[in-house]
Amino acid sequence: MFEQLGNLIAYQWLGLDASTKLGAAVQFFVMDISKIFLMLVLIIYLMGLLRALLTPEKVRAYVRGKPKWLARTLAILLGAVTPFCSCSSVPLFIGFVEAGIPLGVTFSFLIASPMINEVAVVILVGVLGWKLTAFYVMAGLFVAYVGGVIMEMFKPEKWVEEYVWKIQMGEMAQIEEDTSLLGRHRYAWGEVKEIVKRIWKWVVIGIAVGAAFHGFVPEAWVVENLGGDNWLATPLAVLMGVPLYSNATGVIPIAEAMMSKGVAIGTTLAFMMSIAALSLPEMLILRKVIQWPALAIYASVLAVSFTLVGWAFNFLAL
Amino acid sequence: MKVIKVLGSGCANCENTAKLISEAAKAKGVDVQIEKVEDMAQIMGYGVMSTPGVVIDEAVVHAGGIPDKVKIDSWL
Repeated sequence: MFEQLGNLIAYQWLGLDASTKLGAAVQFFVMDISKIFLMLVLIIYLMGLLRALLTPEKVRAYVRGKPKWLARTLAILLGAVTPFCSCSSVPLFIGFVEAGIPLGVTFSFLIASPMINEVAVVILVGVLGWKLTAFYVMAGLFVAYVGGVIMEMFKPEKWVEEYVWKIQMGEMAQIEEDTSLLGRHRYAWGEVKEIVKRIWKWVVIGIAVGAAFHGFVPEAWVVENLGGDNWLATPLAVLMGVPLYSNATGVIPIAEAMMSKGVAIGTTLAFMMSIAALSLPEMLILRKVIQWPALAIYASVLAVSFTLVGWAFNFLAL
Repeated sequence: MKVIKVLGSGCANCENTAKLISEAAKAKGVDVQIEKVEDMAQIMGYGVMSTPGVVIDEAVVHAGGIPDKVKIDSWL
């Protein structure tokens, strides 16, 4: 359906030729923008209707006081289903510290949360299929777990800003929720507006980049330089992803274009994880609660893990 | 007079929330005093981790996201 819409607008209305670079790019852009935004609205609305969107307050309550392995597993799984806005990482970090949740577990949450979320996962299945989605989720959960464990070995407590330890958190607010059908609808629609407003530009940029890649980058060049044989492509993809930032949903069209042109699967996955989870703006926000050495270690641990995971997938796929 | 506090560290959503509440109050002719709480320690003191939050008479009535019109009207 979306492919036909792309064909209709790009080739018939705009009169572009399917064999030209521009034609292919425009067709991809129209197809993905209609497909991804429709899915985005539908999924967020449905999740909102079920009130299935978790809040950080609830996550904190679940994780608090659990033995470490269980706390970490819960933090990662809950992180994966909590729609996360990097603007809330500071209160989240403080709230976790205040609840006595170990820092390593908090880092596991901070890694998992932007990388995996239920909205991105459903769209990923719709665009790239089950197999790649399963790989991406598995890789993300794995990196979040191991990354948190490694962070802990550096004893990052010494880098936490003084004032964080002093904050006393009040009794968790119990907010009454309107659970009637109308109340649910209003809540769900509010979520759609808020989340779409927050991420639409990342998604549009992602689709534009994906379309440009799809239309203008020659396949032969990609296979030769970014295929599974070139092991250097994976760390390069990770490095490229660090200054670049996008929401996990915005990364999907880029991954789609990369895969269709023959970029190796591990390299694509590493690039996706790096863009979604490692970003300068997020680091700057976290700097309010933790000092540079800890952030540098955090970024390095993630970059190395993404590269290793990417290599592992490339190796297995060969 | 009702004292309504908007909790949030100066993000766009928090500004919006404060604006929406004052507009709704004006429309209804209710006299309210809106205070913005931007200090992280105070925000956390209310048990709120996801901002913006709204506090009326020291009770948290909303957290995480911009409240909708119906909800705001019910507070006034």
